[in-house]
Amino acid sequence: MPISENDIAKVAQLAHLELPDDELKVFVPQITEIVSYVEQLNALDTHGVEPALGGLTPDGEKTDSSRADEVQACLGQRTALAEAPAAAEGHFRVPKVLT
Amino acid sequence: MFREPVEFSLNAAEKLNDTLNAFLQIDREGALRRADELEGSTRGSLSGLPVAIKDNICVKGLQTSCGSKILGAYHPPYNATVIERLYNAGAVIIGKTNCDEFAMGSSNENSAFGPVRNPWDTSKVPGGSSGGSAAAVASGIVPVALGSDTGGSVRQPASLCGVLGLKPTYGRNSRYGLVAFASSLDQVGIFARKAEDVAQVLSVIAGRDPHDATTADVPVPDYKKALSGDLKGARIGFPSALFGKGLDSEVAAAVKEVVEVYKELGVEIVEVELAHASYAIAVYYIIATAEASSNLARFDGVRYGFRAEDAAELRQMYRKTREEGFGPEVKRRIMLGTYVLSAGYYDAYYRKAQQVRTLIKNDFTTAFKQCDAIITPTAPTPAFALGEKVDDPLAMYLNDIYTVTANLAGIPGLSVPCGLSSGRLPIGFQLLGPYWSEPTLLKMASEYERVRPFTERPKINAEES
Repeated sequence: MPISENDIAKVAQLAHLELPDDELKVFVPQITEIVSYVEQLNALDTHGVEPALGGLTPDGEKTDSSRADEVQACLGQRTALAEAPAAAEGHFRVPKVLT
Repeated sequence: MFREPVEFSLNAAEKLNDTLNAFLQIDREGALRRADELEGSTRGSLSGLPVAIKDNICVKGLQTSCGSKILGAYHPPYNATVIERLYNAGAVIIGKTNCDEFAMGSSNENSAFGPVRNPWDTSKVPGGSSGGSAAAVASGIVPVALGSDTGGSVRQPASLCGVLGLKPTYGRNSRYGLVAFASSLDQVGIFARKAEDVAQVLSVIAGRDPHDATTADVPVPDYKKALSGDLKGARIGFPSALFGKGLDSEVAAAVKEVVEVYKELGVEIVEVELAHASYAIAVYYIIATAEASSNLARFDGVRYGFRAEDAAELRQMYRKTREEGFGPEVKRRIMLGTYVLSAGYYDAYYRKAQQVRTLIKNDFTTAFKQCDAIITPTAPTPAFALGEKVDDPLAMYLNDIYTVTANLAGIPGLSVPCGLSSGRLPIGFQLLGPYWSEPTLLKMASEYERVRPFTERPKINAEES
């Protein structure tokens, strides 16, 4: 399926990427080539084939991953905020949400 | 007693880093302090062993950049489970190794901090994405390093650098503290120069972890014990269809020579078919990018890492941060993943890929009824030149043609060095096995090593520095 600059611009928007025009122009032919490569899968008849879900082995699927619902130690506010680019007053600070 | 090997590794890492760019951080102070603390304490199975860690695995006190500007000098507040286990066994972490950004790449050229160079020839790539770990082990800086393998990111650089590289069964190792790229494919792997070292480290890091629900409740054997004994009566599958087009003739010849060695060791070679192997790259680049587009949504400039300046409102801040913080390959994969998951395309791409993934899994199930392991090349060519494939993403992706199937099927894979090309670049072969067959693969590697020891050393190496 042909992919246009508009398609890529729309995908960039969905992916929260602000692509400048020059990058957009490089990505269009590259993504077109990769998508047409992956479309070789269409040649395979997969009628009735169950899609694989995740990467678990049969033993992994059998593993009970539940644990007791008990309070455990957590990072705490100071540590959780330590790497934030803009923390203030015990919160993550962000630019205006409503404009 | 423990100071000496640790100091040797630190000195070599510092000395060779100008040439190799294998390390993003070298922790001299912490490593020496740790070596001193080990004196007089109870000995663990890895006491004093210097280890290098790929920079997408969290080590408290050190940076975790994932080779990306968007994380930069991020310092995680906790240790990955595999790191806790290494520490408990007495290992000493000497630093964090360079890698392709968020483990996306096959040449290490996608690191925001410059490419790693291959210690055999510095004009060549070390492979990727765990290129720094592979180069650090190959050059003798450390005996062991950890990496991560989503589509071949441990095995392919191991092959290109002439060391062993193991991708364990999915669910063997905990992914807690490994920065997620594609969660259904990612697995922490091990680099070493001897099968015995891979076995010893695997015995330490493997096993169920309550912090990772995908770890399986399967007993962890003593992998080192599994190395002894001969291979008489063992069967290795040979998928002859994979030895055709696109495979370098020297690599093909080297791997066929390995088959002869195994015959001499009493192994029966059986022809096997992996009918859907040629579709693996297509399946992989749908599933891996789809999962990546979701996993990498968390890098938004709010909780950690880089934030772009001068954004007037929240959404613009997200977009500018991600545009400025991610490199081109990561953006390309996020875009591709978003595209294949977007409304109207999901069934055509993602569902279809998951169906073919089932067919690939079934191929292995059938093949392993006839054999204990399958042999293939690890990479189609020896190391290629820096810059050779950077403008052609698809050509770069095809490097993983022999390795991605193991991630899609969840089975273990081990790359083992088996000689040098005429250009003196390492060649590796790959052993693939059924779920939980790491003991078999390691024993096969160990027996090969015994009769065909790989004693060549790269030009850039710690012994001569």
